[in-house]
Amino acid sequence: MSSLILRTVARLLLPILVLLSLFLLLRGHNLPGGGFVGGLVCAAAIILQMVAYDTATARRMLRGSPWLLLPLGLGLALLSGLAALLWGQPFMTSRFVSVPLPGGGALDLGLPTVFDLGVYFVVLGTVLLVVLNLGEE
Amino acid sequence: MTLHLVLPVALPLAGAILCLAFYRVARVQRAIALSSCAGLVLYLAGVLWPLLNGAGYATLRIGNWPAPYGIVLAVDLLSAIMLSLAAVVGLAVLVYALAWFRREPEEPLLYPLYLILLMGLNGAFLTGDVFNLYVFFEIMLVSSFGLMALGGERGQIEGTIKYLAISQLSSALFLLGAGLLYGLAGTLNMADLARKLAASGATPYTAIAALLFLGAFGIKAAVFPLFFWLPASYHTAKTPVTAILGGLLTKVGIYALCRLYTLLFPVHWAAQRSLFLGIAALTMVVGVLGAVAQGDIKRLLSFHIISQIGYLIMGLGLSSTLAMAATLYFMVHIVLVKTGLFLIAGIAEQVTGTTDLYAMGGLLRRRPFLACLFLITAMSLAGLPPLSGFYAKLGLVIAGLQSQEYWVVAVALGVSMLTLFSMVKIWTQAFMKKATTAAGAKEQLRPGLYVAAVGLAALALVAAVGAGPIYGVAQRASQQLFDSSAYLVAVLGR
Repeated sequence: MSSLILRTVARLLLPILVLLSLFLLLRGHNLPGGGFVGGLVCAAAIILQMVAYDTATARRMLRGSPWLLLPLGLGLALLSGLAALLWGQPFMTSRFVSVPLPGGGALDLGLPTVFDLGVYFVVLGTVLLVVLNLGEE
Repeated sequence: MTLHLVLPVALPLAGAILCLAFYRVARVQRAIALSSCAGLVLYLAGVLWPLLNGAGYATLRIGNWPAPYGIVLAVDLLSAIMLSLAAVVGLAVLVYALAWFRREPEEPLLYPLYLILLMGLNGAFLTGDVFNLYVFFEIMLVSSFGLMALGGERGQIEGTIKYLAISQLSSALFLLGAGLLYGLAGTLNMADLARKLAASGATPYTAIAALLFLGAFGIKAAVFPLFFWLPASYHTAKTPVTAILGGLLTKVGIYALCRLYTLLFPVHWAAQRSLFLGIAALTMVVGVLGAVAQGDIKRLLSFHIISQIGYLIMGLGLSSTLAMAATLYFMVHIVLVKTGLFLIAGIAEQVTGTTDLYAMGGLLRRRPFLACLFLITAMSLAGLPPLSGFYAKLGLVIAGLQSQEYWVVAVALGVSMLTLFSMVKIWTQAFMKKATTAAGAKEQLRPGLYVAAVGLAALALVAAVGAGPIYGVAQRASQQLFDSSAYLVAVLGR
């Protein structure tokens, strides 16, 4: 059922969807968004390639097994919690740094962002594992 | 505040993450799993118990949020007893699993799921927040689904689906109860809830919440009439998995009932005494009758889980400090002995190649040491003196007589007789009877199987010899539960 229109659109949408997923991830601290929905959008972008082409193409794009996203994400989440122990605070105490951006403004990055990044990877990995395996059956 | 209190959750999680990262390298996975389980035991023995012996409580505010608003981890003696049981049994079953899965290659997900199960158990014992308790229950559940279905045989999937369906019902009841409490008091911190509910007094709503929790944890603990899922599912899993689920998982329900009823619903606890005792009696009787009728060793032992849960519910229902202390001692006894029996059944399965009691036989001659091990553990379960089951039941009987609940004591003693009968059934069928099949070449069993089973049997013997000191700790834990004011101060800071 592969159509030329779908393949063209899928190729064009891929970078936009990945950027959107990163936008949702970073926005999630104060506004709707976050690691979970960001991970879903990124997974959707790759699943779209699977639908338009085939699972082999989708797998090639990942440059690695989606398996490894699980320990990576869980590890980031756990480390973001344990980091607080370094300065003698209880597990998961958050800490922020303000990164000044060129042209005024600043980006507040903190441990919750790292935790959210972990969620992003875990969601991405889980969804891809399930869908790619189903797609190959 | 005790910063290291997060370790019982963080350590198994870190182990699981590393196991996932090395999911292709079985040898590394084994080493990681073993070291995180051993680390847990060392932490509890070396750090947490000395701390609790002095202070009595340890708390940790997650994220440094003050008490009623953030999640608080709070450990008292009850939590510490449960954590220690989980750590010791977790280590023993892991050693067993390491040896067991040499024969059949393990799934790469076995050790990560196992460690996440331990993390869920530890978290449930640590947390001082009702919703957080729910989350840790879900973590336990999800990992136990995975563990049960490992292997992917038809019977396993069927058992897992039954277990999954009934667990969802239980989770729904739990959530309803938690939602009701939140609507009533506007908080889910257990200590804060205790204070607010005590101030507002008992209402029909709190009674409904208490009953919802009784239903939710009753399903998890497999009490009458909500037990039918257990014998339909546990025996389908691989034996090490059955051992950890059967030995520990049902007891988490009892732990949660102990915690919530003593802290949140002391009034309803006394009022629902006859309900508790009725459930206890029926659970004991139905469980043991089911066990007596079974011809499969794993199914027989699964039914025994139910009947022993009845004793724990009986102790909870008697609602006196002595009964609670006896319940806690019973908990120590049953977790060690029941897990040990499953491990021994697994060895018997490997020797004879079957779990059908009528097809087994000749084990006394072929494996005299195994027979000896079984005899000690089984008689402990039946409650023969001077083994640990005797002291556990003695405490419950004395507490029952003091509370003048003679009928439930009579039921408990009768069920003991039937327990003995079903253990003798295993003994005569599997051990005494002549082998029905010609003994093949003596198969070499991995020493890890015996190490784990002997370790648990030895600990059960230690529990019998050290019944005095253990009852002392249980008595102190029980006093803490009955006088919750110190717990409230430890958690809320005022």
